[in-house]
Amino acid sequence: MSALLRVRNLTKIYGEPGERTLEQTGPEWNSNICPETDSIVACAGVSFDLYPGEVLGIVGESGSGKSTVVKLLYFDMEKTAGSAWLRPYNDGRTNMLEASGQQKRYIRNHLMGTVYQNPRDGLNFSFSSGGNIAEKLIMAGSLHVGSIRERASFLLEKTEVPVRRMDDTPASFSGGMQQRVQIAKAIANNPPLLFLDEVTTGLDVSVQAKVLDLIRELQQELGIAMIVVSHDLSVIRMLTDRTLVMKHGRVVESGLTDQILQDPQHAYTQLLVSSLL
Amino acid sequence: MIENKKYKNSYNFAFIDESTKKEVRRKLLKAVAIPGYQVPYSSPEMPISRGWGTGGLHVTLAIIGREDIFKIIDQGSDASVNACNLREFVQAMTGCKTTYDTTEATLIQTRHRITEEELREDQIFVFQVPMPEPLRSVERYEYRTRQMHGEADYAKMWVSLYESFVRHGGIMRGADYPVKVNGRYIMAPSPIPRWDIPNLNQSKTLYLFGAGREKRLYAVPPYTTVEPLEFEDVRFTIEKFDNLCYKTGYRRAFLDELYLDDGSRHFVINDSNFLDKIEQGGEIKPFINPYIQQIEL
Repeated sequence: MSALLRVRNLTKIYGEPGERTLEQTGPEWNSNICPETDSIVACAGVSFDLYPGEVLGIVGESGSGKSTVVKLLYFDMEKTAGSAWLRPYNDGRTNMLEASGQQKRYIRNHLMGTVYQNPRDGLNFSFSSGGNIAEKLIMAGSLHVGSIRERASFLLEKTEVPVRRMDDTPASFSGGMQQRVQIAKAIANNPPLLFLDEVTTGLDVSVQAKVLDLIRELQQELGIAMIVVSHDLSVIRMLTDRTLVMKHGRVVESGLTDQILQDPQHAYTQLLVSSLL
Repeated sequence: MIENKKYKNSYNFAFIDESTKKEVRRKLLKAVAIPGYQVPYSSPEMPISRGWGTGGLHVTLAIIGREDIFKIIDQGSDASVNACNLREFVQAMTGCKTTYDTTEATLIQTRHRITEEELREDQIFVFQVPMPEPLRSVERYEYRTRQMHGEADYAKMWVSLYESFVRHGGIMRGADYPVKVNGRYIMAPSPIPRWDIPNLNQSKTLYLFGAGREKRLYAVPPYTTVEPLEFEDVRFTIEKFDNLCYKTGYRRAFLDELYLDDGSRHFVINDSNFLDKIEQGGEIKPFINPYIQQIEL
């Protein structure tokens, strides 16, 4: 089976890097700031393969570069170096990070979805929740109000948002509901790949459980491949098959989630697992 | 005051100096070459404030010649204050003949209306535009709207129309209804009523748009496709008056609502020259489009 998404050497550096910037940063140096140039290495040399239907976790502390990886892949940021190939886009032959703005928008709208930690990043609060889902459908070329509304209510039902609130703005929703509207929007065009960036952070525990249940259900039902970013190991354990552990912009350990949680090899992972409440 | 001894005329022909006129004309050529695309231009100082018709005036003065016959309307009327002042100004600066007659004019400047009478290939029609950016209502940053135009990323505009339908049961844009020009750019047609939108499509005349305050020019060349944005199941419509002009009994024209001194409510043809012609029994050649044709006579 060939990979859905191949990522090689994904790197993002803020500021002007010097020749030895990459050598002098990372977990061994306990810093991601280059001592010579003061440039900041948000992430460097991140490589992985994601297979169809697989759920990959990225775990690490704040500032470890885990969100950066997802943002680079969703084109929210420009990469400094690296390549990524998505199989449904041009048969995986073209590096999608080098594509034109228009091509990137096509990939975002047809082949990917993302759920941000903060619903304000993923939703437009001046549009109704139905309108937010409509945006994604319109971007994929649907211009029939009836079928847009039909699809939007189907998605809201699926994500357990009351359909009669379809025409209210997400601003009037609770945090958990906003997050579910975001999920509905993200999966509107049946994308093969979904990014989840700290989706449950900031929700209370019972709502967290519901959102996680929903994500697991959708994953099993629709077979979407996902990249789940979280600092919360219990989320990672619940959702993912495989995990990358990141620190100071580098991947320090990767493997099956169970394996990493049972038998952490890297000192940082051991610390992370032992500090799990 | 310093007396002008060197030149016979105190101003250049058509007020603006020749090099600036050339610049405006070059930008107009670019605008015609890319229908619906907003071209930035200099918007030189005029003896009226920016945003009071200067954009239209720049275009008019840049392209007017001594042989031109000039007509200017404001909301369909030849006699409103804005039209009268600008007409006097253009007349004083060029010595051109002015007219109220739509068919006689070779160059027509307008604020917020297209004439009821059909325009010809030998005429040029100039719009005064207050807000040239159709995406401003959905995106506040200029650098973003430019990017959206560049990539034809118009989803936000469509969502705002969807939202309008959801909230109000229809697309509630009385004027300045967004249109797609030549299948590419979304353009603000200036605040003309929906009634006039179909008359932009495949028109015989050249439409030029000038936004003085925002410093943008754009154009719809003759025989260009201009489509109002509409969904497959929520269509664009023009205004319905369910009334006829109380002076002439005419129905197929954009009507103004009037309250007379006795409190009675009437409708009257908005285009003053068109009204005059019908009242005087003159020959009229109105625009014909599928929307107007649906109105029974």
